[in-house]
Amino acid sequence: MFRPRLIPVLLLKDNALVKSVKFKNYKYIGDPINAVKIFNHLKADELVLLDIDATSEGRRISSDVIRRVGEEANMPFSVGGGISSLADIKEVISCGAEKAILNSHAIQHPHFLQEAADHFGSSTIVLCMDVGRKFLRKSPYIFTNSGKNATKYHPVELAQKAEGLGVGEIIIQSIVRDGTMEGYDLELIRDISDAVSIPTIALGGAGNIDDFRKAYQTGHANGIAAGSFFVYQGQNKGVLINYPSREDSSKIIAPQPNQ
Amino acid sequence: MKVHIVDYGMGNIFSVQKKLLQEDVSVTVSSKANDIDAADKIILLGVGHFKKAMDNLHDLNLIEPLSNFALVKKKPILGICLGMQLMTKCSQEGGKVDGLSWIDAEVKKFTTSDSLQFKIPHIGWNTVQQVKDSRLTQGLSSNEEFYFVHSYFVEPGSDDLILHQSSYIQNFCSAFEKENIFGVQYHPEKSHNAGQLMLQNFLTL
Repeated sequence: MFRPRLIPVLLLKDNALVKSVKFKNYKYIGDPINAVKIFNHLKADELVLLDIDATSEGRRISSDVIRRVGEEANMPFSVGGGISSLADIKEVISCGAEKAILNSHAIQHPHFLQEAADHFGSSTIVLCMDVGRKFLRKSPYIFTNSGKNATKYHPVELAQKAEGLGVGEIIIQSIVRDGTMEGYDLELIRDISDAVSIPTIALGGAGNIDDFRKAYQTGHANGIAAGSFFVYQGQNKGVLINYPSREDSSKIIAPQPNQ
Repeated sequence: MKVHIVDYGMGNIFSVQKKLLQEDVSVTVSSKANDIDAADKIILLGVGHFKKAMDNLHDLNLIEPLSNFALVKKKPILGICLGMQLMTKCSQEGGKVDGLSWIDAEVKKFTTSDSLQFKIPHIGWNTVQQVKDSRLTQGLSSNEEFYFVHSYFVEPGSDDLILHQSSYIQNFCSAFEKENIFGVQYHPEKSHNAGQLMLQNFLTL
């Protein structure tokens, strides 16, 4: 039976693992390779690694880090951070990543999405869309450069454009929900998921398993990603890498009597 | 024992290489025909376009040595993902492109469904149902999960070829076996313990 993937998202800053709230207030979590070892042990479905400073520092996520993750990981992983050429994608794949996650550069130069999908195949190319609110505007917009720059795109518009250009899946990340653990932006996730025929991954706001269930059952996401959930434990947010048991994660697909 | 990974410019060699190096074997990675001739076992992997993959194999003059290995010497060869698909007669990807034609099968694209649950590509963990006994799957449980990433699938000309069957939009062949030739649509190198066990089984064939 096919089931939705549950995906820890690991943020890298100076090659250390950090976690943010609303794309700010970075807190040191630990060593990324150590985290990968623990997720191996816990049999995580898939991992996402994002270098959050790469674009602003004009570089790409470190090949060395990807290679070290690649040596450890017993599961697939995707990487993002400053990927802006076909050579970049070739490099991250050759270091062991399954998929390349494109963001700022690709959103500014959408033809790159098509080039990338043509060259490496759709299933290798992921678009991460950071969704935020513009000042005094009600509707959501796509942001680039770690939430610093607003673009002209509405999320559904960009998602459909990306699908047309050959992107294989889309990560929908809510900037305002990031690190809050108050639940996903289900309306946003459903609007995008229902508008495209490629898989979508929900990210931003998960605080518990029921949030995962809602992202899947109400938001129609095909993959469910989170940051804080997998690295914090308890109300005081003590750092503890964790992953739900198979029994707990089966609640994500369980039918709800009240629905 | 020498295991050779064919490097023809298509995909993630590093992960498979790392998994093999955990076992007691010597591993070569290259695009040389010599290494194919010298190998005891071969792994043919790949992600990306079928046509580009066949073009690369052709340009590197690897089709003849590979076919010699698989069909004349009849030594064990394992195709993973696109590598599995290349072993068939032809693919719909990029028109109608000829494959290596070792296996009586064709590669087809999943037809789009209206379901929001089953989108294309098929990405994620799915169970495989064992259809026939095989040394490749010894020690695996009957309903094992593996990791898939693909939009095209292999449709065998005969059910006898099918080793594993999975379901996504429709039932499809997720692994085939014909004598010394094995193909798996999923990624054993990314599939936790079950995947490593399968690679170990391949090495002991």
